[in-house]
Formats: sequence, C-alpha cells, structure tokens
Amino acid sequence: MAINLKKLSERPDILAGGHAACAGCAAPVVMRQVTLAAENPLVCGCATGCMEVVTTIFPTTAWRVPFIHNAFENSAATMSGVEAAYRALKRRGKIPADKEINFIAFGGDGGTYDIGFQSLSGMLERGHKMLYVCYDNEAYMNTGIQRSSATPKGAATMTAQAGSVKAGKEQNRKDLTACVIAHNPAYVAQASPHNFRDLMEKVQKALRADGPAFMCVLAPCHRGWRFKPEDAIDVAAEAVETCFWPLFEWEKGKYTINYKPKEKKPLEGWLKRQGRFSHLFEPANRHIIDELQAETDRKWNELLKFEEMSKA
Amino acid sequence: MGKLAAMTGNEAAANALRQVNPDVAGVYPITPQTELMHEFAAFAANGKVDTEIVLAESEHSAMSITVGAAAAGARAVTATSANGLALMWEIVYIAASSRLPIVMPEINRALSGPINIHCDHSDTMGCRDSGWLQIFSENAQEAYDNTLQAFRIAEHPDVLLPCMVTLDGFVISHTMEALKLLDDDVAKKFVGEYKPARALLDVEKPWTFGPLDLQNYYFEHKYQQVGAMRNALKVIEDVGKEYGKISGRSYGLSEGYKLDDAEYVVVALGSTAGTATVAVDEMRDKGVKAGVLKLRVYRPFPACHIVERLKGAKAVGVMDRSISFGLGGPLFHEIRSAAYGKLSTPMQSFIYGLGGRDITVEQIKGVFEDLKKTASGAPAETRYVGLRP
Repeated sequence: MAINLKKLSERPDILAGGHAACAGCAAPVVMRQVTLAAENPLVCGCATGCMEVVTTIFPTTAWRVPFIHNAFENSAATMSGVEAAYRALKRRGKIPADKEINFIAFGGDGGTYDIGFQSLSGMLERGHKMLYVCYDNEAYMNTGIQRSSATPKGAATMTAQAGSVKAGKEQNRKDLTACVIAHNPAYVAQASPHNFRDLMEKVQKALRADGPAFMCVLAPCHRGWRFKPEDAIDVAAEAVETCFWPLFEWEKGKYTINYKPKEKKPLEGWLKRQGRFSHLFEPANRHIIDELQAETDRKWNELLKFEEMSKA
Repeated sequence: MGKLAAMTGNEAAANALRQVNPDVAGVYPITPQTELMHEFAAFAANGKVDTEIVLAESEHSAMSITVGAAAAGARAVTATSANGLALMWEIVYIAASSRLPIVMPEINRALSGPINIHCDHSDTMGCRDSGWLQIFSENAQEAYDNTLQAFRIAEHPDVLLPCMVTLDGFVISHTMEALKLLDDDVAKKFVGEYKPARALLDVEKPWTFGPLDLQNYYFEHKYQQVGAMRNALKVIEDVGKEYGKISGRSYGLSEGYKLDDAEYVVVALGSTAGTATVAVDEMRDKGVKAGVLKLRVYRPFPACHIVERLKGAKAVGVMDRSISFGLGGPLFHEIRSAAYGKLSTPMQSFIYGLGGRDITVEQIKGVFEDLKKTASGAPAETRYVGLRP
C-alpha cells in the first residue's frame, strides 16, 4: 500500500498526544510513524527507557492499542511470548482464524544494542512473526546520557566524558543492523523519521514479512546530542545526507540502498551542530573527526559493494 | 480414582502439565529441572499436548516470554532450578506485581557458588519476598497433585498471583515412586478453562500492562499484593478440599504426623518431612512423644495456622535446608516470630542438607534427642546437622 498523506491524516494517532516526552524528541515521532503504518490491529511492547516512561505514567497511558512494558532487556522476549500466545489461541479457536494482529516491540539503543541484545537474538533465531524497532538515540538518554554501544566515537556522554585527557567515547559504534542481518531474518531496514514515506513503507513490508523483521531508526535526542530542540528531524536528515545513517533494506540476502545523496555531505558540518562533538574541534582532537569520516566512508563503501553484489 | 503409575517427580509434574495442556510454555534447560521439560517436549512431539513451546535462549527470556504470554491472555507455564531462578529474578517479581497467574515447577537446587547441582532450598528461599505463592511437595505424588492445584489457586479471582510448586532436586525430581494420576478428563475438569479478565490480545479493549508507577500509586499496588496473599490462604484450603473429593487426597496448609499428642515437634519442608515421619515412629517406639509438622504452603506464610498446630509441644525444632547468612534458618526465624506472644515453647534451629548432603533417619532422631535438652532449658543456638567438624 502506497503511503498516502491524506489518508494518513484521517487516521487517529495510535500513540496519543499528551505524553511526557521532551519537546523536540524524535522518538515519539518515530513511534507514531511506525504505528500509523500498520494495516492490522496492533499489540505493542517497549523496553524500559524514555519512551516507556513518558507514555505510561500510571494512571495515564498514551497507547490506544494494547501495550506491555516488562523490563529493560526483554522487549523482544516479552513480545515473543505475546506472539506465541496469539498462535496458540488461534490454533485453539479462541481467536478467530481470520483475525490478523501485528506485533511490534520497541526498544532504545541501550535496550537493543546492549542489555537486550541476547533477547533480540533469541527472538530472531526462533523466528517469531513480529517487528522489532530500535529507536536509536545513540546513548542511554533516560538515565541521563550515558554511553551505549550505539554511541559514535568521539561523542561526549556522562560516562565517557570529554575532558583534559579524554575526548569522549573511544570506540566506534556497533553495527547492530549487520548483527541482525547475520541472523537471516525475514526483513531488515534502516530508516529515519525525516523520510516518513520511506519509513512507513518499510514498516508495512516488515509487518507483511513471513517471519521476524527488524528496523533500526535514527531518533536524534537534543538533550543528549545538544542541538536546538526544533532541529531533531533536520539533524536526522543531515545524518542521511552525510551517509552516517544510510537508508537501506535487506531482504533475502539482497541489499537495497533507498537513498543515495547526489553529493555526500562532509561529516564535519553535522558534527558541528551537535554539542556532544564540540570538543572534537579543538586542535588536539581534530584527528577524531578524520577518523569518524574515514569510518563513515568505509561503511558507506561497504554498503555500496553489498548492494552491487546483490545485483549479481 | 485414577490409575497407579511409577514415575519420577519430574515426570509426575510433567504429567500434570500434560493434563492441563497450557497454551504457552517458556522453556530453558537446567539440571535438575531439565528432565521435566524433556518429558513435556515428548508429549508435544507426540501430539499429547498442543502447547506452544517457546525454546528461549536463557531463563531470563523464558520467564519474560511466559509473562508476555500470560499478559496476552494465555495460560502460561515455565520451570526452573537454582541459577535459572536467580537469572529470572527480576522478572519473577514483575510476574507477581503484574498479577499474572503463571505456574512454575521449581526443582529445588543449591544456588551457586560454589556450583552444585543437588538439593537444597536456597533458590526457592531466595525469592520468598517476590510475591509468588510457594508450595512445597514431599514426594512425586504431591508434586503432581500440587501442580494441578496450583492453576486453580493462582487463577482464582481473589488471588491472581503466580505460583511455584517446589520439589526437591534429585530426591524427588529423579526418584521413581508409585503414584496415582487422575484420569485426564477428571484433571482437565478440575483445572477448568482459563478466562483472563484482561488480555493484550483482546485488541478491542486495549490495556496498558507494566506502566510506570510512582510515589502516588506504587504503595497501594503493593498493598493489593498483600491482600491477594491473605486471600490465598483460604483459596488454597478450599482447592485442597475440593481436590480431595476427586482424588481421595485432601490438602491443607500443612500436614501433621502424630502431632496431636506430640511433645517434641520437628517442622520441615519438602522431602525431609517424609524422612522425619520414620524418625518419629522410631522415637515413639522408644517412648518419646515425637511428631512432625510438614509445612506445605510457605508463601503465603500461614503464621496463625502454624501456631495453632504447635500448641502443646514441649519443644519445637525447625529444620532449614538453606541459610540466610548473618541470620540463620529463614523458616526457623519466621516460625519463632509467628509464635511471639502466643507460645512460650522453646524453639531450636537446625540447618541441614546444603548442596544435597543426605539427611538420614538417624540424624533426625538426633534432632529429637536435642529437643529434649531444648525443652529442659539448654541454650538454643543454631545446630548444623551432618556438618563435619
């Protein structure tokens, strides 16, 4: 189904307004886009983290569909249980045979790249028919901006700080999407909320896929990245223009890059608008910018190669 | 009333699960629980059950899957032992506070470290504050009977708490015994259909499970768990009586052996209570009025009931197969606390059998001999039964 803006505007939001996310937070935008794209009734889950906290402060809830939060590291396992119950109850006639329900588990990068990595791996390997969406804001934001394995090299966080002898995180980020692809699931994609059409089409593909699907979606956090609150979507767009955050999908071993910038923007401009990288512009740290650019180029060229190989 | 069978405790509990045929089972191996789920997987492989078995990558996920399935509206089970239970710990508490009536056979095994696969109660005792109902089994028959009853107790609308049925690792789990199973249709009818009041899969009526619960509500929600535990005492007794009508085996909160006129009483959990009855008979042959109080239900802790049953004793010995380090035997301290202001009976703590060390009839006779000294005012410090000097 093509994403039709007029039709979408007529659908009530599944994630209601009035939740307690920071003004300018990209994560609820991601969640709203993801849930609006679903063509069947939804059951959603979320790992402990910003989005669980801000959407479910008892006795209120922003969720207009059934929702479960269990703990930090088990969003994938918990939703595996929900999906298994669906299959069992359908088989036993307690849910009508023609009743289709889609299952979406959410988690932040801490809950997905790090503490929930095993639970995610288990869900993918067992082949549950569900979509896992990681809203990736590149650090533990809910607990106050600590380094995760999704944090880019050089970024300052509260646990990997920039000071007189340290320059933020020392390691490159984990390529989680590649780790997921190694599980050979039914569908994998990276997306960004600035390109909602691309994101929502991917969600629809993911939910139609006959098995586990995974999407990693960039969700800039102005508190942690330190940019102007109104800029989140634009910061996401520039991450794609620099090829730091490529939009691509992986289906049955084939890579498709969904957007190739005509002219790849240098990373420096994107880094410059984020306070978490400000120390990199001191002379002693400039080499880190070069290293980040080199890593971004390496990953982009690798992806181009993968896409080329897919065509063969 | 059912047919006679020879089974291990694990097989007995697995057969109870077969008759219940739950919707979902979250499964992960650990000794000595593993055999239970082997048996259950064999039932699934041969079409005896059509449970959706989810083979998790850890106990943490097995419990998380079970919580997800139960919240979805399914009748959900899992099983574990020792370190597996420890890995589940966080979600064990969440299952209880989410009021999900999950049933879990827990095969008692010593917690690491050092690593040891044999029986003690340190695993189960460790989550005595988690909000789960905890029912101990003396033998394979009770493991079977308790597993069936657990569903009725946990799912009762006045309770809605998860229930662990414990059986002693190897001593019960791997020991072949004669027992009676109910006919399948009788067992199914007793357990009945599960109809949850709220379910994630009821997409027409969306509920949010597991919300953030802050200073203004958390305390009241915790107090609701207190009420559910209190309600469970009566439900457990009612279900135990009803079970007696269909099986000939009634159950209460505890079971006494030669308790009515007993002067020296040993309180024990699980398989040791059975061993203690033999010691009682031998002590009675020597003219000592000995008795056993087997505590079946550990959570909720039936404090008033225990005090009633201990009235008239000259001395009470409480046998703990675990230690709360820095304190002593948890069961001893809870019973002595229950008796405070109500009984003046001297009480003595006995710790035994850690890491699967055998407990013999002779040793329990020694406990009764010690209790005579306790009754005549000997200092009541903790004794370690079977510990080498």
